[in-house]
Amino acid sequence: MAKKLEKEKQEQESADESEKDLAQQKAEAAAKAKAAALAKKEAKAQQEQGSADVSESDLAKQKAAAAAKAKAAAQAKKEAKVQQEQGSADVSESDLAKQKAAAAAKAKAAAKAKSAESTLRKDSQAEEKAAVPSANQHFLDLYIKVIEEHLGKGVLEDYYINTLSKDVPTIVVKKEAYYKVAEFLKYNEQLAFDYLSELHGSDFETHMEVYTHLYSYKKHQSLAFKVKIDREAPMIESLAPLWAGANWPECEAYDLLGIKFKGHPNLHRIMLGEDWIGHPLRKDYEPYDVEV
Amino acid sequence: MLRTEEMLLNVGPQHPSTHGVFRIVLKIDGEIIREATPVIGYLHRGTEKIAENLQYTQIIPYTDRMDYLAAMTNNYVLCHAVETMVGTEIPERAEYLRVITMELGRVASHLVWWGTFLLDLGATSPFLYAFRDREMIINLLNEISGGRLTFNYMRIGGVKWDAPEGWIEKVKEFIPYMREQLEGYHQLVTGNEIFLSRVKGVGTYKKEEALQYSLSGANLRCTGVKWDLRKNEPYSIYDRFQFDVPVQESGDAWARYQVRFAEIVESLNILEQAVEQIPSSGDILAKVPKIIKAPKGEAFVRIESPRGEIGCYIASDGKKEPYRLKFRRPSFYNLQILPKLLVGENISNLIAILGAIDIVLGEVDG
Repeated sequence: MAKKLEKEKQEQESADESEKDLAQQKAEAAAKAKAAALAKKEAKAQQEQGSADVSESDLAKQKAAAAAKAKAAAQAKKEAKVQQEQGSADVSESDLAKQKAAAAAKAKAAAKAKSAESTLRKDSQAEEKAAVPSANQHFLDLYIKVIEEHLGKGVLEDYYINTLSKDVPTIVVKKEAYYKVAEFLKYNEQLAFDYLSELHGSDFETHMEVYTHLYSYKKHQSLAFKVKIDREAPMIESLAPLWAGANWPECEAYDLLGIKFKGHPNLHRIMLGEDWIGHPLRKDYEPYDVEV
Repeated sequence: MLRTEEMLLNVGPQHPSTHGVFRIVLKIDGEIIREATPVIGYLHRGTEKIAENLQYTQIIPYTDRMDYLAAMTNNYVLCHAVETMVGTEIPERAEYLRVITMELGRVASHLVWWGTFLLDLGATSPFLYAFRDREMIINLLNEISGGRLTFNYMRIGGVKWDAPEGWIEKVKEFIPYMREQLEGYHQLVTGNEIFLSRVKGVGTYKKEEALQYSLSGANLRCTGVKWDLRKNEPYSIYDRFQFDVPVQESGDAWARYQVRFAEIVESLNILEQAVEQIPSSGDILAKVPKIIKAPKGEAFVRIESPRGEIGCYIASDGKKEPYRLKFRRPSFYNLQILPKLLVGENISNLIAILGAIDIVLGEVDG
């Protein structure tokens, strides 16, 4: 809204001025825009360079600072423009730079304060979570106990209650034991996960993951069942022999992520077709187009 | 001795009874289907890939285009997933508006199914009746959201628009009207001898098979599994309403017909209670930040859509866009059993079996 108003105002003003002035103004504006774009690019490059070896919180801080800087720059630019329009024909470059620097410093201080605040908040959140044990904890304990009794201690990589996902018990299984554990989950009478609700893969850049949401209609319990696999040659046993419902979802994961499922009855590219190049949901996917 | 040979028959992708772009390659021996291979993906738009570059609120319109016959539930599943992660508390009035619009959507979706299923079987007038009454629901939803099919109505933390003046009353008036119409539908179709012979004992499967193939919704309940996420894993405010979960035992197309029909009645019951209970004023959107960031981690939620269990998985790295978004689309899972059901069937039953599963191709292909 404000932008629109400004624009209108500008237009009105410029209408009064001679054509020559207009041309000059335009040229100046173009030059300014170029400079701004360059600055943006530089900032981005700097940020990218920095992000490679700094911790995440640093990154966030940097980003916030960069954003604030950009804002400040825009503000400074705006001010300069107003000044210019008022008649002070040439604002010296050095003035502008000085203003920019001052604004940047201000923004930096603000960002610092903000990040400090956010870490504080995080700490308090963590404390709260630890204080209340989940209602599903005893289910998880039972699953772990039964699995470790029958299959040994070495099959699980990790297990926890996922508080973000309605407290669903989550187990991460070692990929060598994937099929064995899945089979056990289905046929063991204490677990009896007879229903596969969801199966999909994800690319986490360091590894691939296959996420399965199981449900037991006998025990009325949910379980998230995950396995981490190698990203470069993603390969894992198929669950289709256990749950027929895993058939198409595995095809989808193969199609979009390139995960190969051993023992799948008919693994094919279900969505995109066999002539598609690449697997789109991989984070490093580059679209291939013959016409480009 | 007559010489016989198997023949390949291609059905679709542009065939009216497939309800979208869906193709089945059939191997037939005379009129008996020996093998069926579904071919899908014609409507794949890469929603999940697109979503990785969008903020959570920006993804909502994309969900409209998955199951475009019941877009409200799709809206909801995404919002619900984000709200579960963030821990947003939804204002009362917003919850009721959500339930009312979702249940209206469920009735509308089942009406489309009813009409088109019978059209597939050769009965024309039910289709006209169903679409006439569905139009009233569409008008109601249009009035509240500004859209007829793709609503983009829900937001993370509530809904976008409050009900316009008199809207709740209109819904109240619609409920008895629809009940009366359902009576007419029954008289028109349910006892019809031709109809019954087309659906009874057609496309039968057992409870174990249904679970094995990850079926959900009416496709599961027709085998005697009394399971509805609204009842069994209540989300939103569904635990406040009295309603029944209709089940049938026989597992054929006829059972699915009865289950869906009874579901319309139950949806009307929920609607009736919801319009009575809804607070007359109040917030419709929780206090959420302008830019919503889900905390680092992952979540999977599932809710009951008219077609079955619709789920949403979000893996977040704490940014305003999801790192990975995945929808569990019920039609995609439900369709898997089709090749198994078709083997050994007469070719004329193909349409009845496919129609009874009730798929939406926008959802199958994602």
